[in-house]
Amino acid sequence: MNKHVAPQLNRRAFVIGTAAVGTGLALGLDIPFGGPTVVRAADGSPEVNAWVVIRPDDTVIIRIARSEMGQGTLTGLAQLVAEELECDWSKVTTEYPTPGQSVARKRAWGDFSTGGSRGIRTSQDYVRKGGATARMMLIQAAANEWKVPVAECSAANSVITHTPSGRTTTYGKVVEAAAKLPPPADVKLKDPKDWKLVGKGLKRLDTPDKVTGAMVYGIDVKLPGMLNAAIKDCPVTGGKLTSYDEAKIAGMKGVKKVVKVGDTAVAVVADTWWHAKTALDALPIVWDEGENAKVTSASIAQWLAEGLDSGPAYIGNQSGDAKTALAGGVKKVEAVYNYPYQNHATMEPMNATALYTSDKCEVWCGTQNGEAAFAAVLEGSGLPADKCDVHKQMLGGGFGRRGQTDYVRQAVDIARQMSGTPVKLLWSREEDMLRGRYHPITQCKMTAALDADNNLTALHMRISGQSILFSLRPEALVNGKDPATFAGLNADGDAALGYSIPHLLVEHSMRNPHIIPGFWRGVNVNQNALYLECFMDELAHAAGQDPLEFRRKLLTKHPKNLAVLDAVAEKIGWDKPAPQGVYRGLAQYMGYGSYVAAAAEISVTDGTKIKVRRIAAATDPGYAVNPAQIERQIAGSFVYGLTGLFYGGCTVKDGRIEQTNFDTYNSMRIAEMPKVESIVMPSGGFWGGVGEPTICVAGPAVLNAYFAATGKRIRSVPLRDQNITFA
Amino acid sequence: MANLTINGKTFNVDVEADTPLLWAIRENAGLTGTKYGCGIAQCGACTVHIDGVAMRSCGVLVSDAAGKQITTIEGLAADGALHKVQEAWINNDVPQCGYCQSGMIMAVAALLKEKPKPTDQDIDEAITNICRCGTFQQVREAVHAAANV
Repeated sequence: MNKHVAPQLNRRAFVIGTAAVGTGLALGLDIPFGGPTVVRAADGSPEVNAWVVIRPDDTVIIRIARSEMGQGTLTGLAQLVAEELECDWSKVTTEYPTPGQSVARKRAWGDFSTGGSRGIRTSQDYVRKGGATARMMLIQAAANEWKVPVAECSAANSVITHTPSGRTTTYGKVVEAAAKLPPPADVKLKDPKDWKLVGKGLKRLDTPDKVTGAMVYGIDVKLPGMLNAAIKDCPVTGGKLTSYDEAKIAGMKGVKKVVKVGDTAVAVVADTWWHAKTALDALPIVWDEGENAKVTSASIAQWLAEGLDSGPAYIGNQSGDAKTALAGGVKKVEAVYNYPYQNHATMEPMNATALYTSDKCEVWCGTQNGEAAFAAVLEGSGLPADKCDVHKQMLGGGFGRRGQTDYVRQAVDIARQMSGTPVKLLWSREEDMLRGRYHPITQCKMTAALDADNNLTALHMRISGQSILFSLRPEALVNGKDPATFAGLNADGDAALGYSIPHLLVEHSMRNPHIIPGFWRGVNVNQNALYLECFMDELAHAAGQDPLEFRRKLLTKHPKNLAVLDAVAEKIGWDKPAPQGVYRGLAQYMGYGSYVAAAAEISVTDGTKIKVRRIAAATDPGYAVNPAQIERQIAGSFVYGLTGLFYGGCTVKDGRIEQTNFDTYNSMRIAEMPKVESIVMPSGGFWGGVGEPTICVAGPAVLNAYFAATGKRIRSVPLRDQNITFA
Repeated sequence: MANLTINGKTFNVDVEADTPLLWAIRENAGLTGTKYGCGIAQCGACTVHIDGVAMRSCGVLVSDAAGKQITTIEGLAADGALHKVQEAWINNDVPQCGYCQSGMIMAVAALLKEKPKPTDQDIDEAITNICRCGTFQQVREAVHAAANV
């Protein structure tokens, strides 16, 4: 649900669908907190409100609107509700409301989108209020039953106590009465210093089924009578399907139907997916690949390079007069960097199961944005909202890819041609690699001036390349320009530049090749941090200063940036010499409202084999809901980030992506994993994201260490293309 | 048609002999804990045990698996008790998205059978599964924890 507005959708629903990623959603929430009519869950248990259902046996079911894809949000959100609810954590389970249910209840659960590291930080206030409201209603119900003043009652661990008499009851015993009460008007949230569950490294709620094979991912959905589909879309984006020779696969085992999907794709529907894929591979297909088939990585690189020096540019951050200051600088430093396309490569390839009849359309899939998937179902089916729904399954990785709904729309298009029969569409890994929504490609030219005392006086950063919003959310562009490209380089906001530089000019020359970009975990902070933090290292060396001290002087006005940088420097032992043959590099950045830094220790053999020995990584996310899960996100970020640095580039030849599977698009293995020493240092007072920001410091910390080891600057990603690999 | 013995149970599956075992397990036997990740034996998400040896089932033909003892993640727990690797995975809170973990756990269970106290180097050499979430640090800790049960 991106470019097209379905006629059935009113504007509000459209805004829901397109708010998948990017800046926050500016919609008021209409959260029904209780009321005289009791709403019941499927098993008959009463809702205290939209967020909390309690069974007579005291089981607490917490509703989670955001998607779990490994990042731990499901557990963190449950902790936030349970904290205010004062319930027994051992009795907590969770469930997903469907987008259809939410729309039918005036968006009772608010935004479903789970991208931009916003799962917790943009819903923590209203989910906590949901828990607090439910607690107050449960206590009120007990006080009513006992005919005592509510002020004499309190709740802890799902038990309500009347303090003067010592009488107790449990949530399960009073929930029926509580559900009939009007919600309180005045709900106060706890002071963070009184938190008992929030801030604890509790174990995830979704682990047991993940170690027995019982967890159901989208790919595992089974419906009675279900068929399976394999699909091929035109490998060159912008091309079309010309024809296919169905007769050539007639009679192949299990094949039920060959269907055209939109103008660009063909799918084989069969009894099993293996039969569908086998037949699809045997199906002769003719594509009209169009003009884009002439595009190569070299032609894209040349076009982007032109944008570094010429043409109009959009200014993202400016202070002083950088161009004049550069001209008058004592020492001038200049460098050009580039950052490639990368596929998300979720372990579970894209898939969705759809069942369409003339009066109903349902989809089962993993999605990072239930409401966007819902909008895609409406659009694809042509049915109104009350005839559609999306049943969210566990995601086998998201990383931003499953915020898009192209695969959902395809499944619905296939199901419409198989009315009454549920069809599961599964992309092969090859299809997933070819039809990605890639990390955008950019280049960056940086020019800086140092004065006679080697102070940084001016910096000009000119980024040339692709805008994600241009392709995926054009309505979010500002006069055709993309402010999101300046992530981490802004003057203020949740992705601000930490360094104070007297004369600064940051600008973007937008150039959009035909390859469709996407929100790839970390998004625009990834390349911007690599550019800036490697270049800061170049400047420190040009100034003859220690890279830590050079940065520290420029961060005095941003103590939170400084604090995470100091923390990793201390942890890695920056003030002491590294062991023989070991070299260090640093990086710090701000993204998604959080402050992150990394220090790497590496050794290099023959200039081409890098052993990443140790990483110290610090994150200040403001509040740390579950530090154990944050540590896991930090450690995992080095796998995602260093995989990108070493192996990650997707190249273009004949208009299509060349890498088609993990043999040509490698991913880090355990042998290549450095020891990551995480420092979770919440300073309080703000809510930052966790899943993404750390990715961006992984690359520059290692590249800066590589320079320390070899004296050689690497300004191009991935290292694979320079024959540098893991030792 | 082929007879497959999976988790001690016989499945008479109606597939061609050259069908990858992975798809017979998932689609014909209906055991979906074994995952598809790449289809070319690179990622390890489809790892099962064949006669006790960890194998990537996308690269094994049904004809080559017939008559052998196949164990999937669903069959790793015995007599209602989780395998020590599964226990360690829970205790160390290893999985993130969890999609690769069936294969990871099967690979680790086979390693521990061969080397009950693996060194870090043993782990590096034997465990080559891809995990895009990046759980490797917890995987390593949990392997050692399982080895020390």
